[in-house]
Amino acid sequence: MSFTFSAEVADRDVVAAFEIAPGETVALLGPNGAGKSTVLAVAAGLLAPETGRVVLDGRDLLDTARGIDVRPHRREVALLAQDPLLFPHLSVRENVAFGPRSRGQGRRPARARATDWLEQVGLADLGERSPAQLSGGQAQRAAVARALAAEPRLLLLDEPMAALDVAVAPALRQTLRRVLAERTTLLVTHDVLDALLLADRVIVMEGGRIVEDGPTRDVLARPRSSFAAQLAGLNLAAGTWTGTHVQLADGTALHGIVAGPQPAAGEQVVASFRPRSVAVHLDDAAGSPRNSFPVVVTDLEPLGDLIRVRSEHLSADITAPAVADLDLVPGTPAHFVVKATEIAVYRLT
Amino acid sequence: MSRPRSTGLPRWVYVPAGLGAAFVLLPLVAIVLKVDWANFGSLITSESSRDALSLSLRTSTASTVLCVLIGVPMATVLARTTFPGQAVARSLVLLPLVLPPVVGGLALLYTFGRRGLLGHTLEVLDLQIAFSTIAVVLAQTFVALPFLVVSLEGSLRTAGDQYERVAATLGAGPTTVFRRVTLPLVLPGLLAGAVLSFARAMGEFGATITFAGSLQGVTRTLPLEIYLQRESDPDAAVALALVLVVFAVVVITIARPDRTTR
Repeated sequence: MSFTFSAEVADRDVVAAFEIAPGETVALLGPNGAGKSTVLAVAAGLLAPETGRVVLDGRDLLDTARGIDVRPHRREVALLAQDPLLFPHLSVRENVAFGPRSRGQGRRPARARATDWLEQVGLADLGERSPAQLSGGQAQRAAVARALAAEPRLLLLDEPMAALDVAVAPALRQTLRRVLAERTTLLVTHDVLDALLLADRVIVMEGGRIVEDGPTRDVLARPRSSFAAQLAGLNLAAGTWTGTHVQLADGTALHGIVAGPQPAAGEQVVASFRPRSVAVHLDDAAGSPRNSFPVVVTDLEPLGDLIRVRSEHLSADITAPAVADLDLVPGTPAHFVVKATEIAVYRLT
Repeated sequence: MSRPRSTGLPRWVYVPAGLGAAFVLLPLVAIVLKVDWANFGSLITSESSRDALSLSLRTSTASTVLCVLIGVPMATVLARTTFPGQAVARSLVLLPLVLPPVVGGLALLYTFGRRGLLGHTLEVLDLQIAFSTIAVVLAQTFVALPFLVVSLEGSLRTAGDQYERVAATLGAGPTTVFRRVTLPLVLPGLLAGAVLSFARAMGEFGATITFAGSLQGVTRTLPLEIYLQRESDPDAAVALALVLVVFAVVVITIARPDRTTR
């Protein structure tokens, strides 16, 4: 195992233990206050737990039983937070060169490394700018480059997309997808898309405890914790991009809006849409901008003011009167109808 | 042009406010009116004046450097750590600010003087501090230090430690973090504190005359020279006083509070 973590933080009521394989990206999901950030802080050495043991690549970073507690700057663990926190008095390139410089590299090789990393995150031309002159998305890219330029053995990401515009998040997600491949990473997020697109495995925390731990698709397909179930409420459909629409495995054509980089024809994509965007009809009433899926209702579940209507793979949230009008019961054949503009299509590869 | 309107002040407030402003400004006007402009140049360039001015500039520079060297670590420890008795320590650092300077001078004399607390030690080391230029620097540092510590500690707290945490996870050791992140981030506060300390050192009188005496060219700084000339040569005293007033105005302009608190 590349990274082994176990810790107990009594005053925050967090008890967690897990492992990350070399090169694996693990998404840590959970509601606010579940203890995700506490886990990150312990891993980075910014919080000392009452008891715990943290091992990275065979080296003890923390072992309360033996009194070992390696200082943050000697852990080779980089932390990237919601807020990029670029040093305001340094240029973007000097920010990225900060890690290599701190590890004793000379000015010239450190700058060369920084230039390299800026190129990798698509900021090759902005190295001489000051952080204040970057947009939110650019600043977070620069922060990614800065974290990776420090050559950490473990990268910790604390909701890196949370503070970003929905318009720029997909592009950063794509960048992360590229740079995180083969890199041991722990990613805290509450966005199921982050988990789906970036992580090999998902750990779900609730109330300071780990409640689920498994391959991303398994956890999202068969959620056992309520948080994962909520997340999994988002409708997801994987398929192939034809150039104009998504071809699902069963041959259904699905029209949506591409979010992030344009996929090439034949590439694997995933389409996502909210249950609230789904209308339920008894007959096939699809117009041209709409997608219609023939389904059989399997389950009805109250969800606040709405009723969640489930079929085998998809769910729709509609009002109780609508359910009554349609006379929906488990077993009713129906059509789930979604506007193309409500469907976001993401490149998977 | 439109501008926001306040909800309005009671009219009578302007009367004491105006009187207060006059109270501060009138004495300055009075000094300017008193200056013997015809001989101004020769008055401030007489031998004793030049000695005093040069001594003041040299000792104030030295004490500002000393303030930075010990004040920066003090402010950092106060702002970035917690230790038992920290609140008391913070108050004690401010003590020279409220202590009458002449009392500070006495205290220094009983510390570094020949018969003082460290007197014997200093004698063994063959160091004679009291009534020397070093004593002037010590007296000025004693009264000026709080200005730097208070100003810098405020800047450090405002800046917060989040950048320092990021720097540490990027592999930077404490010294690198301090040098490349902490200090650059609070540089404006440090400069403002240093300028204020320098100004306080230039104006220091009570502690200096008590601890260092008044020997021309050795311990007689500008304020001491002004005080002594006041009787023998009032015109020279006024001319030198104007030099200090101009200097103070320049300092206030550089270290304006609204420019230093970002």
